[in-house]
Amino acid sequence: MVVEQVSVFVENKPGRLSKVTEVLGEAGINIRALSIAELGEFGVIRLVVDKPHEARAVLTNSGFTVGINRVLAIEMGDEPGSLAKIASALGNAGVNIDYAYAFIAGAKEKAVLIARVDDIRKAEDVLSREGIRLLAAEELQGI
Amino acid sequence: MFEPDMETMPLKELRELQLERLRATVRYCYEHVPFYRKRFREAQLKPEDIRSLADLARIPFTVKDDLRDHYPYGILAKPLKEVVRFHSSSGTTGIPTVVGYTKKDISTWARIMARGIATTGATSEDIVQVAYGYGLFTGGLGFHYGCEELGAATIPAGGGITPTKRQIQIMKDMHSTVLCCTPSYALYLAEEARKEGIDPEKDFSLRIGIFGAEPWSEATRKKIEAALNLRAHDVYGLSEIWGPGVGMECEERTGLHIWGDHFIMEVIDPETGEVLEPGEKGELVFTTLTRDAMPLLRYRSRDISVVDEEPCECGRTHPRMLRILGRSDDMLIIRGVNVFPSQVEHVLMRIPGIGDHYQIIIDRDILDVLRVKVEVTPEVFSDKLAELEALRRRVEEELAAVLNVGAKVELVEPGTIPRTPGKAQRVVDMRAGKI
Repeated sequence: MVVEQVSVFVENKPGRLSKVTEVLGEAGINIRALSIAELGEFGVIRLVVDKPHEARAVLTNSGFTVGINRVLAIEMGDEPGSLAKIASALGNAGVNIDYAYAFIAGAKEKAVLIARVDDIRKAEDVLSREGIRLLAAEELQGI
Repeated sequence: MFEPDMETMPLKELRELQLERLRATVRYCYEHVPFYRKRFREAQLKPEDIRSLADLARIPFTVKDDLRDHYPYGILAKPLKEVVRFHSSSGTTGIPTVVGYTKKDISTWARIMARGIATTGATSEDIVQVAYGYGLFTGGLGFHYGCEELGAATIPAGGGITPTKRQIQIMKDMHSTVLCCTPSYALYLAEEARKEGIDPEKDFSLRIGIFGAEPWSEATRKKIEAALNLRAHDVYGLSEIWGPGVGMECEERTGLHIWGDHFIMEVIDPETGEVLEPGEKGELVFTTLTRDAMPLLRYRSRDISVVDEEPCECGRTHPRMLRILGRSDDMLIIRGVNVFPSQVEHVLMRIPGIGDHYQIIIDRDILDVLRVKVEVTPEVFSDKLAELEALRRRVEEELAAVLNVGAKVELVEPGTIPRTPGKAQRVVDMRAGKI
């Protein structure tokens, strides 16, 4: 069960995040989660949105370089130790987390970890064996 | 081969022939061109001082401004009554230059062109579509006379006069086997043919293309070859000498043969004027050996290349020049190293997804800093920073290997490098006094 994440190449200078979010806002696209990673003069904005393909289209039309990647949306309890449980399960199975970012989901005392891993299938197997739930795109929208 | 004895003449004999012809040319210039007589006197040089090919370096250079200063007829070695044709450069940079030809020049040029065209593998059985411009520009008529001299069926399709649709129709209906035009027009023809639903493999009979009159790259060669289903050859020439045909790429395509019986080619450092060794990059300088109406001694082409004197697989002994790397006017000196924007472009072109839009910025901190901005396209984009950084480093490494000077590569968003209609501003020199 994978979720499509939109990633956008940006130069590391003022106004780029506001431009990206402005374009999405105007197109009526809702952002569920977001992370910004930077390295020197450039960075990547990663977004989980309700309409990823539409997001790619509007951003591309605005001149951005955009990619869509498959990531996992892993449900975790909003309590100490839940992230450690996920990380160790994946680590023990030899699955590498390329990057991850988390958000707290409303009042439901749940958190979601968005993770890009090097082996999606293996990660899915390991997590399901551990009783950890993966969320589908539709479920994310409902949060 | 069109003239096998001459084309395969052992290098030693070729040098002897060059020396004999050089001495005759020097005397001829001295006796018939007041401009050269004055130059020799200023340099305290007599024609008989030129006793070896090495003595050539004692003769002052001729530059384009010398031709302009003597516009239009002042540098002719023959009276006007012996001149049968003029060509003229466009004059985009100032006063045009006028080049005269006697009957003998026209026939020598036709033989040089025929030899060059045959070098690409074309024969008298070929149907040649000449889509270079006919007129003041030397391309059309130069190829036309050469093809006829070779005995090929020549179609004077004249680019710029014959519409592109008609060019395509001719190519299809008359089964042209050789196409001669600028590389950019070849790409345009291919694009238009595709729009008309033409399959070059089925509908065209092209096998050879001879493209020149503007700089082009290996990447463009591949593009043209795939689009028109032919083998593309590079041709080099200078309107001040004859026009096309000074150099032509043989079937080996490892450089352009410069015909040593007609020209002496030197490579010089464009800054100091010092003669460089074969294999060193510098400005090409030509001395004509068989020119009648307008001989030129040590004419500076402003074109930058490298000369290869190793024997060619094709059996021809005449030295080769590599593809033009740039113009000496475009040369940048970065921390004492000569860098040409075309070298940067060449490296970028080799990396898929990169190269269409880039900008070179030269700045001075304490030392010169060369920065290359590269736009990130979806093709090379990754959501992983490590992969983007690896790409950035790879471009830096490949640039450093080719340029012999470090460059800092910056990844930028698409559209951030300014687009100007026509010639893009590829180089921004921000060093004091340069802007």
